[in-house]
This record gives sequence, structure tokens and C-alpha cells, in this order.
Amino acid sequence: MDSAGLNAYLFVAAVLFVSGVVCMAVKRNAIGVLMGVELVLNGANLNLVAFSRYTTLGLDGQVFALFVIVLAAAEAAIALAIALNFYNNHLTIDVDRGNEMHG
Amino acid sequence: MGETLRNLLTLAWLLPLVGFLVEIYALCWTHRLSKAPAYLAVGCISAGFVCSAAALLTWGAQTQWAALKDTHHGGDHSAADHADSHATAEGEPSVEQDHPADAASVLPAADGEVHAAVTNGHAAHEEPSASVPTQFGGTYYTLGTFGPLAISLDWYIDSLTLVMFTMVTFIATCIHVFAIGYMHDELTEDYVDHEVHLPDHSHFHRPGRFHRFFAFLSLFCFSMLGLVLAGNIFQVFIFWELVGICSYLLIGFYVERQSASTAANKAFIMNRVGDFGFLIGLMIIWTSLGTFRFYDVPATHSADGHTSKQEVGLFHLIRGDAGDLQVSKDGSSVYLQDGHGGLMKAGDEFRTIPYWLLVAAGLGVFAGCIGKSAQFPLQTWLPDAMEGPTPVSALVHSATMVAAGVYLAGRFYPVFTPEVLLTIAYIGCITLFIGASIALVVTDIKRVLAYSTISQLGYMMLAIGLGGWAAGLFHLVTHAFFKSLMFLSSGSVIAGCHHVQDMERMGGLRRKMPLTAAAMLVGVIAISGLAIPGLKPFGEPIAFSGYHSKDAIVATALAYIKLNSVHGLLFIIPLITAGITAFYMFRLWFLTFSGAPRDAHVYEHAHENPAVMVGPLFVLSILAATCAIGGESGPLFKLLAFSEPVPAGAASGALAPVQIALPTHEQVHAVHDAAGSMALLAAIIGAGLAYALYCRKLLNPADISRQLSGLNDFLLDKWRFDDAYDYLFVRPMRIVGQWCQGFDRHVLDKILNGSASTMVTVSAWDRWFDEKFVDGLVNLVGQVAHSAGRSLRGVQTGQLRQYVMWIAVGVVVLFAALFTALPK
Repeated sequence: MDSAGLNAYLFVAAVLFVSGVVCMAVKRNAIGVLMGVELVLNGANLNLVAFSRYTTLGLDGQVFALFVIVLAAAEAAIALAIALNFYNNHLTIDVDRGNEMHG
Repeated sequence: MGETLRNLLTLAWLLPLVGFLVEIYALCWTHRLSKAPAYLAVGCISAGFVCSAAALLTWGAQTQWAALKDTHHGGDHSAADHADSHATAEGEPSVEQDHPADAASVLPAADGEVHAAVTNGHAAHEEPSASVPTQFGGTYYTLGTFGPLAISLDWYIDSLTLVMFTMVTFIATCIHVFAIGYMHDELTEDYVDHEVHLPDHSHFHRPGRFHRFFAFLSLFCFSMLGLVLAGNIFQVFIFWELVGICSYLLIGFYVERQSASTAANKAFIMNRVGDFGFLIGLMIIWTSLGTFRFYDVPATHSADGHTSKQEVGLFHLIRGDAGDLQVSKDGSSVYLQDGHGGLMKAGDEFRTIPYWLLVAAGLGVFAGCIGKSAQFPLQTWLPDAMEGPTPVSALVHSATMVAAGVYLAGRFYPVFTPEVLLTIAYIGCITLFIGASIALVVTDIKRVLAYSTISQLGYMMLAIGLGGWAAGLFHLVTHAFFKSLMFLSSGSVIAGCHHVQDMERMGGLRRKMPLTAAAMLVGVIAISGLAIPGLKPFGEPIAFSGYHSKDAIVATALAYIKLNSVHGLLFIIPLITAGITAFYMFRLWFLTFSGAPRDAHVYEHAHENPAVMVGPLFVLSILAATCAIGGESGPLFKLLAFSEPVPAGAASGALAPVQIALPTHEQVHAVHDAAGSMALLAAIIGAGLAYALYCRKLLNPADISRQLSGLNDFLLDKWRFDDAYDYLFVRPMRIVGQWCQGFDRHVLDKILNGSASTMVTVSAWDRWFDEKFVDGLVNLVGQVAHSAGRSLRGVQTGQLRQYVMWIAVGVVVLFAALFTALPK
């Protein structure tokens, strides 16, 4: 079976990453923003896994990706707690309403 | 015995100090109208008198009254005799050492040998045998030791000390009692001082100062007694200054009066002039002789075998036992003596002091006496001291202040060389004439007495200078009695006339105050030296005390000029002055008490004083009349003469630069009758003249003073001494002061002001630089940071999505920059 080639992986990763960033930039819902973050992280993970084939052991990228997934889980837990508190204070999770600390 | 005497006299000495400390805080324990401080002061000083009298009696009983048996007129007292007795007395320590700690051990036989004959201190006038000592000395407390030199608080007791103690405490007691009455008007919350005129034409009001007056009197007595008890010359100096400050406080008692505060300052400053000489004398003694102590400290052997060397006191260092100076052959130095008839040695060399230094030391110490005893040329403070209350004048003029000078001249007699003695004699002679002449014209009753004090002090100094040591101190004691009597009488007159002091406004007062008049008459007769001529029931004429003492002085003077005819004035002037004395004293009495009243208002309101004031007058009259009973063979004179530190007529150093022969007791006695008759004649002429002028009015005294107006004015201006001092010292000092002021103002101040203004300019510039540049730089940094922060503030919008956009755009830009800028 022929491999799909590195470029395909990179292309998919780039699409995921850009989708994530756009999601973060345009969504007003905090949960949506969180989802954008997940997309960005997973785009990066895909890059790590794809490049790990070219390393000596071939496992470095996978290990990094696992770390990132663990960290993303922790980050999601904290971010959801923030979202809950945000809701408690503002009765909404619209991130545009959280601008009390503007200059 | 020394222990007992020391305890008694120390008690008498310290009681007034305790009194002072309690009285000065009287307002803390009683109220202003209370007489308790006065009673306390009287109690202290009279207890002191009891102690002193007990000490005198103890001393007399222990010595079997040998002082009174001892006669100077026996005719067996020749120089050869003297030398013999001296030789046998050699080696006996003449002064009992009495350290408090081991007093008992060094005094084994004092009580046991009551039958023993007595040796005199310096040399026996009788056969010496196992001795009961008659002089005592010891140390209370050592203040400091500097190598071989020590400064300590000592005590020294001989018959002079005892007589002085008894006299001072007795007279002070009388004066204290008198003062209770005299100072009565101070017992008020609101005392009106009629002498002080305020700018709004009212009088000065202040609270009464009764307790303070008595506190100062007590301190005065304490100081004087300390001076008399002192066992070294430095301690004398300490109490000398204390006496000075007490007189300052009391003369300036009415401090609000300009005249009183000026007089107090004058008294104090004049005394400082004399004390300057005193200090020089002390320094010479300290450096050349190495001791201040009067008495010898014999060698002691303590139980642990420790032996201390004998320390010879000042008097024996200079005079030895025999009383003569050991002058070197060329007359340039004096050998110090060891008190046993030998000479002091330091190693192989004899210890000496340059002759001129000894003269300078004597003159220096005598300068102190000049100031304190108001001798020429420092006599001008004494009349001004009349500004104090009259009891103070009485105390100052009789028993304390001025007596201190004569006492010291007497105490320090062994250290005086013949030159110094001659100076003393001439100073005394000038003083007695000046004082008497001014007293002739003064009309203030207290000032007449003040000038007579100056004159009488001159007599005392003259006697000491002529070698009549006992005569001088004899006159000191008798004068103390009759002068305190007269001052208290004048105080009684002043109080009775409601503070009128001018005799021109008195007259006829004997009808109003007969007791005061009688007391004053006793004093006047005593000071004039009147006696009943020709009548000698007990070998001495019947007369009051002043006759005997003045007689002794005139006799000494006559004997002196027979030996030294060059100094004839030293006899003639005192003789004439004796007449003047009688004249001005009777003038005072006649003007005050006899004739018709010259001021009806004063006469109307005059009244006799209460018993508390007349009582002391009565007691003092009796003593003024009788204290010198028996004259030179009486008890008082003999007691004093017993302590004579140098035998009269002792060789005054044949090699000394100035040749003076001092008369011996025999020589004085030989001319006694002649001198007595002459003095009496002078006194009777003077008294008769006063009677003729002021009582019988044979001539009008005013006419005479008009005739001699120049002389009269000269005397009224007090010989122009005050003017002379004004021209000689005060004005030059003012001119110098003005120069100094000008220098200060125009040079020093200019320099100071210039440097100050320069400094101000420099700092102003510096401030400008700081504010503009240093502060500006710092502020600029702050402002830049501040404005940057302010302008960047807008970027923080708080919009999360915007931040994400910025991040994304930023990353893109960074990449773009990276790829375009970095080389491939």
C-alpha cells in the first residue's frame, strides 16, 4: 500500500490549524472558542506524528502528541471551569462580554 | 581631746548648713507668714554657740587654763630664753595627729596626764615637759592626691580657732534674734518696696522673703565657720569664696533695687580682684612648697610595720620651731625647715624656695585679705554694701566677711616675710586714715559705721604688720562685739524711724528710744577707746573693750617706731586717727540721739523697738564693755596670744633684703603706759571736740565745712576713689569694649554676613540647577514612561477574539518577515 506522503498530512494539519484559529477568532461562544483550541492542538499533533517518521526512533512525535493530548484534557477541564464561573458572573458565556479589564 | 574638740566644732560648723538646707525649702513645709525658719536658724546657730563654748571650756580644762597663766610680761622672755626653751622642746610633735580612724592610738596620754604642764605649739614659753597638746589637726576627707601632693578637707584647732568660733557663733546668734524683729515686715504675701519706682509711678510689689533671708544668714555662718576651722589654705580659699557668694546674696537681698544689685556686684567683683592675688599665692605655695596644710603630720607606725614619713605643714616649713626664717647667705632663697630645728633635705641638697617667690606668695595671699577686709585700695565696696538689710551689715562688718581677711592674715602670719609685713602695715595705716577721714563727713548713719569699720580693719592689719599679732586679733574680737552692737543699734534706730537713715533728719532720739541710745553709747565709748585716766585698780585702767585692744595696737606701733624710726608715720597716723575715731563716733551719737529734733515728722513717728530687737543690744552691750576685761593680762588677750604662731620680735631673717626689727612683748610692754596715755589723750580730745561742736554748738559745723569746702567735698566723694576707678578701669574698659564692639560689628560681622550671603547665593544657584536639570531628567524619564503607558492603554480592549486575531496576524507577519529577511 502506498503511503499518502508527507504533504497530505501537512495539508490536513494546516487545514485543521487554520480552522481552529478562525474558530477562536470568530466564535463568541466560549465553548466554541474551546473547540477552536482543540482543533489547533490536534492540527499540531498531526504535524508531530507526521514528522516523527523521519526521526531516528520514529516515536518522538507520538510521545509529544500524547503529552499534548493529556495537556489538552487538563486545559479543557480548567477552561470549562472558567466558563462555568464566567457564566455565574455574567449569566452568559459570550466572550465579548468579558472585557471589564480593557485599558 | 582633739577628737572631742573636732566633734564639737564640726557640729557647730555643720548645724547652720543643715539649717540652710531646711530653710531654703521653707515654702515646701510651711507657709510664707511663718516665723519657723527664723526660729530654726536661731536654734542652729545658738546650738553652734553652745558647742563652741563647750569646746573652748574643754580645751581650757584639759590644758589647765595654761594659756591664762602664761604671761608675756614676766620679763623672763628674752631671745636667749626663747632659744633655750626651744632647744629642749625639740623633737616633740607639737600638733596632735588625729585621723578619725586611729585617733585613739595616737593619743595615749591626753587624759592621763592632767597635771602635766603645757607646751605651746611653736615653742614653749614655759618649761616644756610631758605635753598636753594645745593644737590639733586632722583630715576629714582627701579630695584628691596628685603624686606627693594632696588636696584634702582638714581641720585645725588652736585657741584662735576656738575664740573665733565662740565669737562668731555668739554674735551671729544675737544678730539672728535681732533680725527676727528687723525683718518682720517681710512676713507678708505682698511686700511693697518703696525704694523701687516703677515706670507707672507705683511701687514694686513682691511676696515677702523672710525665710530666704534666714537661709542665707545660716549659709553665711556655715561658710565663715568653715573658713575658721579649715586646716589648709586651699580649704580656706573654698570657704573664702563661699563667704563671698553669701555676702553677694545678702547685700543684693533687695535685688529689685538698682543700688542694691549694683552694690552686690561691686562687692563680689572687688573681692575677685583680691582673690586673683590669692590664687597666685596658692599656686606658688603649691608648686614650691608642695603642701597646703597648716599643721604637721607626725610619722606614724601602724601595726603591720608600715611607716609613713612625717609631713611638715606650711608653718613649720617656713618658720621651723623657733619662728625665724632661715635665709641663705646671699639672701636669695629661704631654707625649708623640718619642724625639729633642722633643715629639710631632698637627697643631699637642702630644699629651698626663692626669697622673692615667698614674698610673692605672701603678697598674693594678702591681696585676698585686702579684698575681703576692704583694705586700701579695694575698700570701696564696703560702704556700698550698706544696701543690704542692717542685720546683714552687722554680720558682714563684725563677725564674718571682713573678719575673714584679718583672720587669714593672722593665720598665715608665719608665711609672711618682713617685706610683706611692712606692706601690710602700710596698707593698714593708709586704710585706717582714709576710712576715718571719710567717716567725718558722711551723714548716713550706716555709712559712718561702714567707714569706721574700714578704719578699724586698718588698725588690725597695721597691728599684724607691725608684729603685734595678738593685738591685731584682739582688736578683731573686741571690734566684732562693739561693731555688731553699733550696727544693731543703728538698725534699731532705722527700724524705729521707719527706714530713715540720714542723721540730718534725726536728733533728740534718746528721749524716744532710750535703750537703743544707751546701747549705742556703750559701743561709741568702746570704739573711741575712752577710759578713766589715772585710775588703775587692777593694774589696768577701767575701760570698755575698745580701749584695751586699741591700746595694744598703739603700744605695738610705738615700740615698732622706736626700733625702726624711719617708719614713724606708722605710729603718728594711728594715734591721730584714734582721735578722729572718737570725734566721728561721738558726732554720730550726738547727731542721732541728743539735741533738738531736726525733722519733726521723723521724731513724731519714732518709737522704741520690741524686746526681740532690744534684747540682743543689751547682751552685746555687756560683752562690748567687758569682753576685753583685764586688757593684755586679761583672759581674752592671753587666750589669743597663746596661739601666736611666731614669737613676737622673732628674728625676721637678718639676711633678708629689708631690715626690720619687730618689737618683742617686753619692748611693747615697756611703752605700754606711754602709748596708752597718748591714745587716751587723742580720744578725749576727739570726743571733747565732738561734744563742743555737735552738742554744745560752740561752733557751727556747717560753717567749718563751708570754710573747708574743698576738703569737705573731697571727703564726701570718698577721696574720689570711685571716680578714680571709673577713670582708670571702668571707662578704659568701656572704650576697649566699644572698640571690640566696633570690631565685632564692622569686621567680624561683615565677614560672617559676607560668607553667609555668598553661601545663600551659591545655594540658590545650586537649587536652580537641581530643580531644572537633575529633577528635570528624572521627571522626563517618568513622563516618557507615563505617556507611553497612557498611549498603549487603548490596545488592551479586553476583546478575546481581537487578541486571537492579533496573534494570528502577528504570526503571519513574523513568518513573512522571517522568510523575506532571512537569507535562504
